[in-house]
Amino acid sequence: MDLDEAQILLKSWLRYVVTTFQKLPGSAVLVRYVQSSYQNDPIRSAIELILVIFFIRYLLSPSYSTQKQNYVKLRDDEIDELVYEWSPEPLVAPLTAFEEVEAEKLPVIVGPTGPKSKLSNGRTVTNLATYNFYNFNANEQIKEKAIQTLRTYGVGPCGPPQFYGTQDVHMKTEADIANYLGTEGCIVYAQAFSTISSVIPAFCKRGDIIVADRAVNYAIRRGLEISRSSIKWYQHGDMDDLERVMLKVVKDQAGKKLTRRFIVAEGLFEMTGDSVDLPKLVELKEKYKFRIILDETWSFGTLGRSGRGLTEAQNVDPTQVDMIVGSLAGPLCAGGGFCAGAKDVVEHQRISAASYTFSAALPAMLAITATETLSLLQSNPDILTQCRDNIRAMRAQLDPRSDWVTCTSVPENPILLLVLKPEVVKGRNLSILGQERLLQECVDEALANGVLITKLKTMPLLNYVGSQSGGWQVQPALKVCVTSGLSKKEIEKAGITIRHAITKVMTRKSSARTG
Amino acid sequence: MNNPEKERRPSRSGNRITNFFSSPKNREQSLAMHQQQQSALGSSTLNLPTISLSTASGIDHDGSDSTQTLFSPLTAVEAEETRKRHAQFGPLNDPSHLYVSMHHGEPLEAPVVDEPPYYILITTYISYLLLILLGHIRDFFGKRFGDKKKYQSLKPYNGFAPLNDDFDSFYTRRLKMRLDDCFARPTTGVPGRYISIMDRKSDDFNQTYQYTGTTTETLNMSSYNYLGFAQSEGPCADAVEECVTRYGLSFTSPRSDSGTSDLVIEVEREIANFVGKPDAMVFSQGFVTNASSFPALVSKGCLILSDELNHASIRIGARQSGAVISAYRHNDMNHLEKKLREAISQGQPRTHRPWKKILVVVEGLYSMEGTMCDLPGLIALKDKYKFYLFVDEAHSIGALGPRGRGVCDYFGVDPARIDILMGTLTKSFGANGGYVAAEKHIIDKLRMTNTANHYGETPAPSVLMQILSSLKLITGELCPGQGDERLQRIAFNSRYLRLGLKRLGFIVYGHDDSPIVPIVLYNPGKMPAFSHEMLKRKIAVVVVGYPATPLISSRARFCVSAAHNKDDMDRLLAACDEVGDKMQLKFASGIAGGADPLPEGVTPEMEKEWRKANGLEGVVKPPRWSIEDVVAHGVQDAKVRLR
Repeated sequence: MDLDEAQILLKSWLRYVVTTFQKLPGSAVLVRYVQSSYQNDPIRSAIELILVIFFIRYLLSPSYSTQKQNYVKLRDDEIDELVYEWSPEPLVAPLTAFEEVEAEKLPVIVGPTGPKSKLSNGRTVTNLATYNFYNFNANEQIKEKAIQTLRTYGVGPCGPPQFYGTQDVHMKTEADIANYLGTEGCIVYAQAFSTISSVIPAFCKRGDIIVADRAVNYAIRRGLEISRSSIKWYQHGDMDDLERVMLKVVKDQAGKKLTRRFIVAEGLFEMTGDSVDLPKLVELKEKYKFRIILDETWSFGTLGRSGRGLTEAQNVDPTQVDMIVGSLAGPLCAGGGFCAGAKDVVEHQRISAASYTFSAALPAMLAITATETLSLLQSNPDILTQCRDNIRAMRAQLDPRSDWVTCTSVPENPILLLVLKPEVVKGRNLSILGQERLLQECVDEALANGVLITKLKTMPLLNYVGSQSGGWQVQPALKVCVTSGLSKKEIEKAGITIRHAITKVMTRKSSARTG
Repeated sequence: MNNPEKERRPSRSGNRITNFFSSPKNREQSLAMHQQQQSALGSSTLNLPTISLSTASGIDHDGSDSTQTLFSPLTAVEAEETRKRHAQFGPLNDPSHLYVSMHHGEPLEAPVVDEPPYYILITTYISYLLLILLGHIRDFFGKRFGDKKKYQSLKPYNGFAPLNDDFDSFYTRRLKMRLDDCFARPTTGVPGRYISIMDRKSDDFNQTYQYTGTTTETLNMSSYNYLGFAQSEGPCADAVEECVTRYGLSFTSPRSDSGTSDLVIEVEREIANFVGKPDAMVFSQGFVTNASSFPALVSKGCLILSDELNHASIRIGARQSGAVISAYRHNDMNHLEKKLREAISQGQPRTHRPWKKILVVVEGLYSMEGTMCDLPGLIALKDKYKFYLFVDEAHSIGALGPRGRGVCDYFGVDPARIDILMGTLTKSFGANGGYVAAEKHIIDKLRMTNTANHYGETPAPSVLMQILSSLKLITGELCPGQGDERLQRIAFNSRYLRLGLKRLGFIVYGHDDSPIVPIVLYNPGKMPAFSHEMLKRKIAVVVVGYPATPLISSRARFCVSAAHNKDDMDRLLAACDEVGDKMQLKFASGIAGGADPLPEGVTPEMEKEWRKANGLEGVVKPPRWSIEDVVAHGVQDAKVRLR
């Protein structure tokens, strides 16, 4: 009896469930689906059921981060204690002894910079520590032009180039540089130092390959770092090694997706003063299908018959170099940098080069100054000849005549980098810091005799270690910048002063000991 | 030049500056004489309205000598001079159009963000979908059948990989190109109150432009000219001219070689004084100031906690430093605290070693949102969690605070509480470059470790003098009163415009005192439309969309300046009103402000009770004021708490 009743109850209850289920919208579809999928295969239905259950469980499970496998769960009071205990390092480390000396010796110029500059201690010295190679800074005509620009444009353009910061003067400067160099287009940046650091990552992305000279300057290294491309290094100035590295890249990449490949080199190397064999570079580029990014920061305005840079000096068609990066801030006495190349190359940078897009445009006065100095160079190549005479005169006093230093710069480079001769370094067992100290003494001694020179700034590069350094060690050097603003006689006199200063420091008893 | 002894300059800076000031007077006198002669010749019989010269010469308004007005008709030359001057810096219409930008002690509340109706969101997404779809279709056919030259940079060519990934450049080619004519409009002349845009047209959908050779003078709502120092005449320009004559064009050397001059040292000292820090250093580019400062401050083993909306230069600098970077939600102090607690308690990832240092990086004023950083909140957290605080005052320096000294001044916070104060000199000072200010020992070290100091060029003498003279104008050392007027004008203009736009029914982002006033457009197609409509009305505006903003909230941004006056704001409001109706841009629901005025006798403090009494609690009416009402009520309402 009880069982019967239970059975009836169960049946009516079941019927109720079935009817309510049938009343639900879409239930017929579900039934049809289960029926059609069953197909006398209970295992299949079981798997589907498990999948459904797993799906529901997955949906209901709390979300978790894949990153925090190493996470230690702590109570609030424990965290408070840790917070209380934690003491950070000071924001900056104290100055090192070397840095203190550097800071103390920094020359301060009063008034304009020029071949003869007045220092804050009241003395007027011969200034061979500035890139004012042609003394355009004192040119009244350009000054007048700059003032006219000031009276039409004000000083700052008050906005980035993409938002109304582009002025007609910028377009003119860009066109002038492109014409001067002989490229399709040109883009002007607001600072020379940050130009190449932005140009490289604008084109080189993760997965691309860059073959770079081991001795490239700091700004290029920064660009290489930001680009996240894979960097291969070749021996400084060694075209055979370059070919070897390129060949290896081509072999490694064979069969893989075609990636962009670049060679990065400098027209005149900032750190060594020598130059690159551009015709060979172009030949290799064509052979192995690389693109060239050439940093002409130091060669633009100095090399070539009319200062067009390395392409002119070595008779290479500028259109064969994909990107030519240069500075308007050095000898041109303006400000900012530029990148010249094909139209595609230039337009691409307008939106994707960080230091162009996210920075205010170059002040109009400086853009006009660049235009003016360029046209002066173009129309009057004698300025360069005069400067080169002075370079020769200066070099004659230093390189063959000094027992202690040798000049690593090429003969046309107005920046003479003087490094200690290898036998001197070896003989005295000089460390990098030891060399720096000696050279600083040379600078001081020359200044005491009325000639202001400076040292190559090597510290930022020395801080690069491991693979980023490219396995190359920068050698400390004296930096002597020649200018056409001085007569040949004055240059020779300054050269003698520098040579004597070096000799005096190197033959000093104390230096021989501390070395 | 070859004989510096001849041009010995006075030893004290004050003397030098005052010297610069004597010359313009002489020039004005000679000009006046010249004009007298001209008028004697009877060259002009124009009947011109009275023009007050009091604002342009920077004389205090509450002073009795402020009623210096000219009643005599101006000559043509004089009228042209005045017109030119006013095109760069507008005259103040009424002394009541001033306001002191200052925080009043209450905790900084995040501005209410209003939402548009759903159909706007949906159409925006559909628009982007369509654009992307069409772009891909055009790419597909273009690469196969299109103009070879146009697609060459996207395809492997002669064994070279394509210069641009077509995926990377898709956005630029297919979306940005459509509104490319709204960007990089070339200008000429001074980017002051008005800006002259060079007219151009494109026959091939913005691939190339043809310049017609004409220019259009537009109201400049686009330049970062906060204090109106973009001027080609006046005390600053005179000082710059004198400086170029004396110093030449450039220092042609990095700071650490021989680029350190007495001028740059003086500028650094003045900047340090201005921001309230013991020492400062200047750079020739704002971007590089950030990009090279982070590697000098933090390194491996350090943590950078960065606001998610920080500028690209901060992100690039931070990435180069080698420190671990973590972002927190924009201005969300609770999220920052959570991140800090986690960072300090967990230590470095995997090793659990404690962080060497934690650097929190914020901007004073965010250039796309118009929001300010919550400085009091940050300081409270800093005291507890011992992190270092880096404030990027690119937009806030000069633009905020009763004395124009940035967010510290605005919130009344002692600058000593902040470790690094960074800012640009492009925006409020009409110059170029950036600065970093901090304790002396920090700056001493940064001079050695910041690479831009070793390799980057020194700012040009002209730029340095522009900074120096504009700083002295703001502090009141030169032309006392003019600096204050500029500060109070931008504060008033900002509030007046913001309130007006809210009342018209636009969704406006940002804090009330911010001179950056963005209105949200949403649909991508409305960006070029808005820009063109405004240009038709001779107003230059900046429109920004993805990726500078979130995909959905494309916007137009107005940058208010002290060079504007109330007439300019009214002109802009009227134009926005028209265009807003035409383009369906008025979406405000009323929760973010723009409410109707309270009835007579009800003060804002009594508003709550009044609403209760009249059963209006929680009732929000979408603001759709008429332009006449906005203008009529604007001046007095902009000076009280905006509602």
